[in-house]
Amino acid sequence: MAKLKTPTLPSNPLTSPKRPGKAYGPSTPLEHGAEAGITAVDWIDERTSLSGGLRWMMFRKVPKGTNWFYTLGSATMFAFLSQAVTGVFLAMYYDPSATRAYESIQHINNDVFLGEFVHGMHKWGSSVMVILIFLHMGRTFFFGAYKYPRELNWVIGVALLVMTMTMSFSGYLLPFDQRSYWATIVGVNINGTGPLVGPYLSEFLRAGPYFGATTLSRFYAIHMLLVPGAIAALMGFHLYLVAKLGTTAPPWVRAKSPDALREQKVSDL
Amino acid sequence: MTEHKESKSKYTEDRQIPGAFEGETVTRRRAMVLGGQVAGGVAAAAFALPALGFAVGPIFEKQDQPWQIVGNTGEFNPDSYVPRTITLVAGIGDAGKSTVYLRKYNPDLDTEPRDEYNSYIAISTLCMHLGCPVRFTAAAQRFICPCHGGVYDIVGKVNGGPPVRPLDRFYTRLEADRVLIGPRFSVNSELQRFSPRDPGEPLDGVGQYLYPSRPSMRKIQGT
Repeated sequence: MAKLKTPTLPSNPLTSPKRPGKAYGPSTPLEHGAEAGITAVDWIDERTSLSGGLRWMMFRKVPKGTNWFYTLGSATMFAFLSQAVTGVFLAMYYDPSATRAYESIQHINNDVFLGEFVHGMHKWGSSVMVILIFLHMGRTFFFGAYKYPRELNWVIGVALLVMTMTMSFSGYLLPFDQRSYWATIVGVNINGTGPLVGPYLSEFLRAGPYFGATTLSRFYAIHMLLVPGAIAALMGFHLYLVAKLGTTAPPWVRAKSPDALREQKVSDL
Repeated sequence: MTEHKESKSKYTEDRQIPGAFEGETVTRRRAMVLGGQVAGGVAAAAFALPALGFAVGPIFEKQDQPWQIVGNTGEFNPDSYVPRTITLVAGIGDAGKSTVYLRKYNPDLDTEPRDEYNSYIAISTLCMHLGCPVRFTAAAQRFICPCHGGVYDIVGKVNGGPPVRPLDRFYTRLEADRVLIGPRFSVNSELQRFSPRDPGEPLDGVGQYLYPSRPSMRKIQGT
């Protein structure tokens, strides 16, 4: 009987195969650089499997008719990130004491390199964020995107809206000029008009019966630590639910029944 | 499932759980889970509760309000107000100061009974709408608020606008011929004294119960 020829042994399986199209490996400096980047990313991904999660988050199927209105949520998030970054750097020069706060803001605006610009970004950016979050809410409402199964995401969004307003209120005091001082007095007293709990709430905000020595630092802590942390956490959960549940088509895009179902209907006639 | 129901006994040994001790009713896995959760809860409460108390503590702390001299008896008259600056909160510069309008008790204007604390009437400039600073306009004989148009008459009763009660007052007393100003108190529309409330909190009708007085500031006992 003729013996079958012994198949050739495979090449050493421990050497990784060449990438397609690059039979001879990287040759130009650019290719070497790209190879180094790929190696670094691969090293991290092999130990974290992050790429799967990123792909899940970034490369989602979106419904037909998705348009520019769907970017308002991301726009709000970028406004928040801008506030967070400029806020962190303003904190390097700001002094939350009743006797020094005003002077430190004057110092930021008049003396610090780009200080007026960074302060201005933070000041005007806060209005931008409030406008964007309302537009985003309007988009969600008018497109009916709050309906089942996305009700919880609407509720989280309302919590984020309230916290954004809290940020605006607590941040308004920090420049500590006449306008911010009296606006805060009025704002705290509006809190106080709630029956039974109101008076205690306004005392909590002021840390006492009068606008006192620690009111400003209390507002500062609420403004830069307490609420931003909660906003970042809830924003993460908000985004998770968006990716998990998917987005809705605009109301003017009519749902099409699958072809198979249509054929079924025809044969039923 | 049915099998499990039938063999339900409170002893883990009877339930055929491997490694069960005699007389043991809670599995060690379950005891460990519960113990771990309790330990975590205690550890979280150990930092969360003190932090919370730390933040709300000032609500229950009595605020010290020392008597301060605002002038000699000769500086004030019964017909018009004289402004004086007092310190409500020490150590924070201008933010802790406030203007007070003072005049001598005037039997033609003031209806409330005389006592040791009102031979001089001290009117707070905190508007009782939302706390803006009111100004006494001599020509109109009225206190007028710049923010939302609150108007008060010469004794501080509401004439018009959004304020919910008359202007707050301060206790005053005499020491030799010097006028001293003490803690703030609030008044209802009959000018009866109440423990100080914040602006926007009415005191007529059920107001005094809906907006209770707070431990941080009370009126002087028996006044």
